[in-house]
Formats: sequence, C-alpha cells, structure tokens
Amino acid sequence: MHIDNSQPLEYSTQQNQLNILGFWIFLGAEIMLFATLFTAYFTLEGRTGSGPAPAEIFEITPVLIETLVLLTSSFTIGLGIHAMRLGRKNAMLTFFAITLLLGLCFLGVEIYEFMHYYHVGATYQTSAFTAALLTTLGTHGGHVTLGLFWGTFIILQVKKRGLTPETANKSFIFSLYWHFLDVVWIFIFSFIYLKGMM
Amino acid sequence: MEFFERFAIPHPSPAIYASMVAIVLVSIGIVAGLTYFKKWGYLWREWLTTVDHKKIGIMYLVSALLMLFRGGADAIMMRAQLSAPDMKLLDAQHYNEIFTTHGVVMIIFMAMPFIFAFMNLIVPLQIGARDVAFPRLNALSFWLFFAGAMLFNISFVIGGSPDAGWTSYFPLAGNDFSESVGTNYYMLAIQISGIGSLMTGINMCTTILKMRAPGMTLMKMPMFTWSAFIANVIIVFAFPVLTVALIMGTTDRLFATNFFTTSNGGMDMLWANFFWIWGHPEVYILILPAFGLYSEIISTFSRRNLYGYSSMVWSMVLISLLSFLVWTHHFFTMGQGALTNSIFSITTMAIAVPTGVKIFNWLFTMWKGKIRFTVPMLYSIGFIPLFTIGGVTGVMLAMSAADYQYHNTMFLVAHFHNTIIPGVVFAMLAGLTFYWPKFFGFMLNEKIGKVTFWLLTVGFVLAFFPMYITGLDGQARRMYTYSEATGFGALNMLSFVGAALMAIGFVTIVYNVYYSFKNSSRDIGSDPWDARSLEWATHTPVPEYNFARTPQISSSETFWDSKKNGHVLFKGEIEEIHMPNNSGVPFVMGIIFFIAGFSFIFALWVPAVIGLIGIFICMAMRSFEKDHGRHISVKEIKETEEKLGGAK
Repeated sequence: MHIDNSQPLEYSTQQNQLNILGFWIFLGAEIMLFATLFTAYFTLEGRTGSGPAPAEIFEITPVLIETLVLLTSSFTIGLGIHAMRLGRKNAMLTFFAITLLLGLCFLGVEIYEFMHYYHVGATYQTSAFTAALLTTLGTHGGHVTLGLFWGTFIILQVKKRGLTPETANKSFIFSLYWHFLDVVWIFIFSFIYLKGMM
Repeated sequence: MEFFERFAIPHPSPAIYASMVAIVLVSIGIVAGLTYFKKWGYLWREWLTTVDHKKIGIMYLVSALLMLFRGGADAIMMRAQLSAPDMKLLDAQHYNEIFTTHGVVMIIFMAMPFIFAFMNLIVPLQIGARDVAFPRLNALSFWLFFAGAMLFNISFVIGGSPDAGWTSYFPLAGNDFSESVGTNYYMLAIQISGIGSLMTGINMCTTILKMRAPGMTLMKMPMFTWSAFIANVIIVFAFPVLTVALIMGTTDRLFATNFFTTSNGGMDMLWANFFWIWGHPEVYILILPAFGLYSEIISTFSRRNLYGYSSMVWSMVLISLLSFLVWTHHFFTMGQGALTNSIFSITTMAIAVPTGVKIFNWLFTMWKGKIRFTVPMLYSIGFIPLFTIGGVTGVMLAMSAADYQYHNTMFLVAHFHNTIIPGVVFAMLAGLTFYWPKFFGFMLNEKIGKVTFWLLTVGFVLAFFPMYITGLDGQARRMYTYSEATGFGALNMLSFVGAALMAIGFVTIVYNVYYSFKNSSRDIGSDPWDARSLEWATHTPVPEYNFARTPQISSSETFWDSKKNGHVLFKGEIEEIHMPNNSGVPFVMGIIFFIAGFSFIFALWVPAVIGLIGIFICMAMRSFEKDHGRHISVKEIKETEEKLGGAK
C-alpha cells in the first residue's frame, strides 16, 4: 500500500481518498432521503385527521436540550478530528467518547419525547401528520443510534491499532456522518419544531 | 387472517401449480447436478464469493436473461388473453397479477441488472482501472439485487403476487383493496434490490471520478462510460426517494399508518408523486447507458469516430436534469390544474431536444462511414427509426390537453414499449452480441443473430403498432377482456402474433449461445470487431487484473490511435498488482436480507428482528476486519501475459 505523507493521514492512500469521495456521494443520497421525508412532512403537516395538531403536542424544553446536546457533540467531534490531525491519540479518543455520550444523551431525551407523544395520543397510527412526524424524527434518531455503535467500534479500533491511515480514514468519515446528522437536526429544529410551535 | 392462510395462494390456477412443481424440480436438479459433478467448491470460490467486477457483471447478465424470460412469459400470457374477444384463458384477478409482475420484473429485475451487467463488465476496462472503487460493496449490490429478485419471484407460489399495477397506486395498493400479501412482496423486494442499486450508483460514480487511467480527462472518456456516469448520478439522487416511498407504503400495510390512506389525513397522491419522482428518472437510468452502447457500436461499425462528442455529453447532462422535472406528466388527468399541467407539458417536450441531438449525431456518424452490417449494428440501425416513432408519440402524450384522450389507453402502452424495446432491449442485445467475445472468448453466430434480429423487429412492430390504433379507438389498458362489438379483436390478434414472434426470437438467442458455444472458433484474438475503445486493448479472456500495465491515454479513442496512429498505449515495466480478496460476507448478507424481507412480508416479527440483527453483525464484522487484499507478483503477471499471447 502506497502512503503519501504529504497528505493528512486520512487522505494518505488511494483507497482512503476513494472512501472519502464515496462517502460524500453517499451523503448526497442521504440528503435526498431526508429531503423526501421533509417533503412528506410538509405535505401532511396539516392533515391531522382526528388527532392532535403540531402546536398541541410539541414541547420546547426537551427539544432545546436535544438541540444543545447535538450541536455540542458536533463541536466535540470536530475537536476530536483536530486532535487526530495533531497525532494526539488520547485526546482524540476522549473527544470521541464525549461526542458519543452527548449522542446518547440526545437519544435519551428523544425517547422521552416519543413517550410523551404516546401519552398525549399522538401515536404512529393516529394521523398522517403523526406518522410523518415520527418517521422523520425516527429516521434521524435511527441514524444517531447507528452512529453510536459505529463510533464505539471506531474508538475500540483506534485504541487497539493506533492512528493508522486506515483508522484515521474511518474516524474522519464517521465525523462527516456525525456533522451531517447535526445539519439535518438544524432543519428538523427550525422547520418542524419552531414552525410547528408558532 | 389465520396464520397459515397467509401463505396460501389466493387465486390458484393449473399454471401456478405447474410452476410450483417446475420450481421444485429445477431446484432439486440444480442441487443434484452440483453435487454429482462436485461443483460446490468451484461455485463458492469462483462465483458466490467473487469480488471481480467481470464475474459480477456476468452474474448480472445471467440473472437479467432469466428474468427476461419470466417477464416474457407474463407478456405472452397477457397477449394470449387479449388475442380474441371474451377470452377465458385468465380471470380478472390473475390478469391483474400478471400485468403487475410483468412491469416490475421487466423494469427492475430485467432492465436494471442488464445495464448493471454492462456497467460492471465494461466501465473499469474502458477507464483502464483494475476494478471498481469498492469491490466488496459491488458484490453486496449484486446479492441484494438477487435477493430482491428471488423474493419477488416466489410471490406467485407463496401468498400471491402483487396485483395493483407496477406503479402500485394507493389506495388500490392499500390493505382495503389488496388484501393478500402480494403488495408486501412488491414493497420489500423492490426495497432490497433498490438498496443494492443505490450502492452501485455510489460505487460507479466514485470509480469513474477517481480511477481513470493517466491522461483520461473527463472529456476523453469513452461514451459508454459517460452514459454510465450520468445514469449513476441519477441513481444516487432518485433511489432514496423510492426508498422513503416504499418504507411509507410498507408501514401503511403492516403497521396501519396513514401516509397514503384516504382516512385520518392520508394522501394517496403523495405516493403517485414520490413514485414518479423516482420513476421518471428511472427511465433515463435505463436509456442513457443504452445510448452509450449504441454510440460505441455505431462508431465501431461505421469506422468513424463519434460525431459531436461534446454535444453527446452535454445532451446527456441536460437529459439528466430534465428527467427530474417531468414526473407530473404521469398524472395529467388526476386533477392538478391547468398551470401545473402546462409547466410539466413544456418540460416534458423539452427532453425531445437533447434526445434529437443524439439521434442526429448517430446519423452523422454513419454518414459517409463504411458501414458493416453486423448483428450489433443491425440493432443500432433498427433502433433509430423505431425509437424516433416512440419519441414522437411521447411528444403527443406530453400535450396535457390531448392526454385526456390517450390516458390509460393502449396508445400509452404502445408508446412506452416503442421507446423501451428498441431503446433498451435492442441496445442490451446489441451490447450482448458486441461484448460476448470479450468475456466468453467466442463470437455468437452472425446468421442466427440476424434471424433473431428480424424476428424481434417484425414481432415488435406487429405486437405494438396495432395498439396505437386500438388505443385511439378507446381500448383501455389493464382491461382483461372486451366484447366482440368493440371491434378490437383483429388488431389484438395481430399483437398476439407479434408477441409470439418475439417469443420465438428470444428463444433463438438461447439457441445461438448453445450453437456458438459448440461450434465457434476460440481463436479470435483480443479485438475481433476491429473496435475503437480501451476495453479491446487487453487480452481475451480478460485477466483478473485487467491490464498488466496502466494504459496511457491521449484521446477518447486511444486504442484506435494506438492501432492506426502509432500512439504507445503501454509504457514502462510490469509492477506487482494489488487486488482485493474474495469474501463470502456479501452472499451471506444477501441470504439474510432475503430471510428478513420474507419475514416482514408475512409479519413474522421474530425472524425479522433476528435478520436485522444479522445484518448489523455483518456490518460490525466488516468494521473490525483487517483485509488488505493480496498482491499478484511480477512473475505471475508475466506468466499469465505470455499464456494469453505475449505482453503488449
């Protein structure tokens, strides 16, 4: 395997460069996926049938916590990648661990939120609006859940194998994924929650 | 429904029972044959675990041909049922199921794998690469497609086929009107193979962007590679829409949500919109690679370089953009208002412009060329007038006001078969004949090939042109019978005769493979057609590593330049080559996806969850795996090269 030392570690082999470009293209597909979900949500937002409307079920506190936690986690994973570029393995691992803990925190609040919806009678089967809401949030939450497992695997690998072109590449790609989830959340926060509460 | 009732066939007929027996007998035959000839190890090592793009391409090719016969059997049954007034061959329900599966099989499980076959076989060779960017992902794509296809194909013997049309419009596809599990099969099978298609899209885009040989700028790529690139960009943007729509359809059916219902706020038109936002680009995913193949074939057999290379590229780019702006023309008559209809009418007609540019470019390529009338060239020459007729009737349909006359009639059926058969099927058969020697080491018989061409062309014209007339006279599509008084009888009989000729034509392809395998010369060299692009510069059969030395590119027809103008294609010494290892994981994942999909279809939650966990474990294993592939030594390469006819 040819390693090009003029490049950052995560770009240093040809396969690494392929992986990163491939992942960007995958993120393009993910944008289409979430764009479709948002389209469905906006189409069905007012179609509440006999169930509740958005303003009746949304609560600002858990949503603010979720937003704060997830935005911070995007910052900490950025610090993790910065530490990786400096070759500081332990700092990087710490920041990755903090990121995943924040992600776990986000997921906990989201589960609380879903239980709240269930208690106020906004279940998956209630109306087109609730189905679209829970599918959009659930898809994002599912991505976060997958990310928690993925991130854990990467931490284990970096710990065991050190910072190699391969582990650096995986970590960098994971950070792209994590930032992407954050961007999607900003759209969810603005156009689902804030719009729904106004 | 009772537990076991769900697995029963809701509308059994002797044909279905016969197919059941046939499936069981063929399966036993395959297992017994593999055991008797001790081929299990070979099958596993060489095919099931392979990550070689050429072998994956061949597996796509074989699957596509098998599915062509499955979809063709549906077609001939439909034409037989309609061949005379008040025919009693099939009942209405059976007819519904057959036109549904015909559409799905032909588009998703025949045409898609056919184009993936050519992308896999040709693209890495045309750009001078060793393999695709992610060989293991490529194998996974194939096995997901295969799992989806098999899942879809068992529907008619376990639980019943989908019966809501290949578009599966809600509320017809909802639980109220489609009670059997048929539509669950539709949702899950297409979902699984669709994930595979998306992965291919990502893989091919990365491959084409990053792995081209030195000197090959984007505007020096061969035309088929360009068409494959554009088609894969469309795949990346179109398939996620289908993914979401299918998930929503699945939850509507399995978990009683209300996305597409007509109660509790559901909106059935949302499905129609999502389906066609994917579905219209889908037709360009199919046709653009077909155009790419025609470009290669026409310039080869006209002995001229492709006329208007850059206009060919830009017209494809334009088509890809427009393909996302026309989906609403599929429901002009479903009440969206005059302004919307007018806008989509104009965007739809606009696609005729870049397509026309391409048609003229092919004509100008042939102009003053020295045309050789080989089988691939015959298909290409037949394609131009037939496809143009299909295009012109498409513009007729694009006029939204006039569409109120054509909508849901046989006129529409005639139009899209008129584009998709000469456009895609002819291209695939032309490509099959053209590339056969490269991958199998012998030529297909030209005489039998010409008989096939004429059977298919005459059969096609007889089968579909009468539909323009019956359609304008008001014969509705999807209607399973009609009375004597309508006067549709004679023209429908003509269609049946045409369909039968086409069926004979497809059988002659199989005979041709058999005949040529027995009789054709194996001594054909690496370039039997005197072709122009890079895939013909390597040996036949293509060695595992494609090229011993990386080719140096100077133009879009570098191989032609190396033959005629003294361009040196291969420079420098042979170095050792890095290749990926085989892996059984993609195949295993295909099986797990099949089991999980089947369990979801029948709402068997325990195996479904186990299946999902299995998929997760496979992904985790991949994350932890350390697999750096292997190296082929210089000595080994030199030996292979000498055996295949000397290092070039």
